[in-house]
Parts: sequence; structure tokens; C-alpha cells
Amino acid sequence: MSHRSRRRLFLVAAAGVAVLLVHGLAGLPGVGHFHGRYGLLLARVAVPERQATDIVNSITYDYRGVDTMGEEFILFASAIGLVIVLRRMRGERQDDDRDRDDPSESATGRVRQTSAALRLLGLALVGPVLVLGIYFASQGQLTPGGGFQGGVILAAALILVYVAGRYGAMTRLRPIPVVELAEGLGAAGYAAIGVGGLIAGARFLLNFITQGSMGNLLSGGTIALLSAVVGLEVAGAFTLVFAEFMDQRRLTRRPR
Amino acid sequence: MNVLQASALILVGLGGTAVVICRDPLRQAIVSGGFGLLLAILFFVFQAPDVALSEIVIGAVALPVMILLTLAKLREHRDDQPEIEQ
Amino acid sequence: MSFLAYAVAAWLLLIGLYGVVSSRNLVHLILCLSVVQASTYVLLLAIGYRAGAKAPVFADIPLSAPVVDPVVQSLTLTDVVVEATVTALLLALSLQAYKRFGTVDPDEIVSLTG
Repeated sequence: MSHRSRRRLFLVAAAGVAVLLVHGLAGLPGVGHFHGRYGLLLARVAVPERQATDIVNSITYDYRGVDTMGEEFILFASAIGLVIVLRRMRGERQDDDRDRDDPSESATGRVRQTSAALRLLGLALVGPVLVLGIYFASQGQLTPGGGFQGGVILAAALILVYVAGRYGAMTRLRPIPVVELAEGLGAAGYAAIGVGGLIAGARFLLNFITQGSMGNLLSGGTIALLSAVVGLEVAGAFTLVFAEFMDQRRLTRRPR
Repeated sequence: MNVLQASALILVGLGGTAVVICRDPLRQAIVSGGFGLLLAILFFVFQAPDVALSEIVIGAVALPVMILLTLAKLREHRDDQPEIEQ
Repeated sequence: MSFLAYAVAAWLLLIGLYGVVSSRNLVHLILCLSVVQASTYVLLLAIGYRAGAKAPVFADIPLSAPVVDPVVQSLTLTDVVVEATVTALLLALSLQAYKRFGTVDPDEIVSLTG
């Protein structure tokens, strides 16, 4: 089907979909009038029951913990799929001594063309970014944050080292076996804590640790634990993804 | 719905259109970073700070990095095999 | 006025799909897919919004204050992070497709007999 006829067919179909969408969305209550019982009930009972002040993370890691386990495993599978897709193909070889942009780069990984300002800023920000990531991953039950956000911020520290031009330092900072171990531990840890709920009470992912008092760092029971474990897994997965993309630049193909 | 929310919604609509209209992937990567930021502002204005945090972290950090690394690798390959260039 | 949020969600869906259908570059296609994903986030949050309510974090507001729906926010926040990983997988696939077929134009990547 040619490009133009495909576009025309799409416009016709889109008109039909638009009519359906408008008809469907007009039947919803207007924005601002939300009457769902589940959400309103949870907003009322979540804090007295779990002593965690951030209701969204209470729902993510406790009331709907099974859904989050599914999402976490989607992330895990995508990261593994990416590693498999980007495996070294026949005819490619890893070239550590060569960089396309700068022939003066040596195996130590220092690219002389990176400006000093970029290098300084990148390396200076690594520490604060790591602290920020740990803060978010550990405070999920009190304030907005949680394992998902914290994990990605932790992985972002690796990008800063790469941007600062220290490819060699970056490869030493993220040994792939350790990263994969962290990711696997995170994914398995979530299921393990769930099984702990089975052992302690009668339900998978039961919140079986003491809830603590509201506003305390150690409140919320398993919410804080699950948030930290998810943070570990997300950090491992994203570090693996970034590392794979960065390593792609190192692969050169044998000339045909 | 107040003026802030309405203008955030309109900006998001325009931003999405801009992302689609840009045909060059490199330019589009930067525009999509801006689109992520507009989305995060929209989520804040709709009283959803957790979601806004997620969107900032993904849309401004993770996604542009992955796209730019892919584009760099694609360009490198294109320089490698000029006979395949269309 | 209150229909504006739903209208923006529907518009993002349709314009994103148009981008996917009429794209000439796999990376452009993947970014248009992210616009479609954004439309679902906007729709979810618009459904859960309550006029005059605050964010569902009780760290500094009294326990009886009205808050917006937290369930849709939980759905959306996990969704945002997971879709980023799926986008990474799609980018990796397009990279390998380029290495294999020499082009990122979806129209020119012919069937698997290549």
C-alpha cells in the first residue's frame, strides 16, 4: 500500500475513532467530579491502617502490591530482552582502543575533546545525584517518591560519569555481573517479601511488619521495604539498559 | 478547572503535535524532552506529585539519553557504509 | 471547559497514531508512540481529579481534607517507568534492524526473507 493511500485510509479511520472517542468521553462525569468509591475509601482509611502518609505509594506497594509486582517483572523482562537483542552479532568485534570521534582516546577512556566545564560539572554532580536517588527510594512512604523514581535517578548517576568523558571509569563503576545481580535481587526480593507475608499471616504480600507511627521514617511496614527493593531493581535494570547502549558505540564491524 | 490547568492542557496538546511534526529524530529528541517537562507540569497542576516526579525522571533523563545514544550509533553506521545510504 | 482534558487526551491519541502511521523513520515512530502513551496518562489523571482537592499526601494536610483519587496515580506512575523500558527495547530492535537491513525506513524494511 503506498504511503499516500495509507495516509488517506488512516484519516478516514481516525475520523471514525474520533467520533467514538467523543461519544464515549462525553458520557464520563466532568473533570472534577470524581465519585469512585475505591479511591475515596482508600484515601480515608489508608493512613490509620498503615501509618504511611503517602497514599499513592501505600496503594502501589501494599493495597495493589500484586499489580506492582507484575509491572516490575515487565521491566525486568524488557531489560533482559534488550540485552539479548543487543548481543554481539557475527562480524562485530569489541574495540576498546578506538573511538570514532577522537583518535587520541586511549584505553584509559579519557576523551580529550570533552570540555573541562562539562567534565567538572558532571563529576561534581554524581555525589548529589546518588544521594537524591537514595533519598527518593527510601522516603516513598512519607512524601512523593518511591522506588521507581529513586531507581532511575540512581541509574542517572552513571550517565553523568559517561557525559564527563570518563568511559573507562564508568565501565569500572558498573561491573555487569554486579548490576545483573542487583536487578535479580530486586525482582526476587519483592516476591520473597510477599512470601514472607504468606508465612506470617495468610496472604501473599500481607503487610506483616509493625506499622510504626505516622510521619516516622520506619512507618508503613513492608511499604518501605518493597519500595527499597523496587528501587534496587529499577536502578539495576536502567543501569543495564544505559550500559548496553553505551557499549554499542564500542562495537565496530569488520569491513565487508 | 482554573486557568493554570487549562493552559497546561493546551500546552501539552501543542507539545504533542510538535513532537509528531518534527521529522528529524535528533530535533525530535529535544522536543520530546520539552514535551516531557510540559507533561510533568500538567501532572503537578492536577495534584499528582508522584506521577510528575516519574515523568520528569523518565522524560528528561532516561528517554533523551537512550534516543541520543541510538542516533549516535545509527549515524556512526551510516558513515561506515556509505554505499547503503538512500 | 471541563471537556478540555478529555479532548486533549483524544487529540494526543489521534495525532500520535498519525505519526506512527505516516512515519519514515523508526526512531521517529518510537517517539510518536510515546505521545500515544502520554494521552493515556492525561486521561487517567483527568478522571481521578476532584475540583478543589489536594494531592493525596497527608504529610502536611489534615486527615479529613479532600484529596484527588490516588488509585489512578498509582497506575500511572508505575506505567511511566515501565513504558520507558519498553521504549528502550524498541530502540534496540530498531538499531539491530538498521544493522541488518541498512535502513530505518519502515516502508523499506521488507519481509524476513532478506
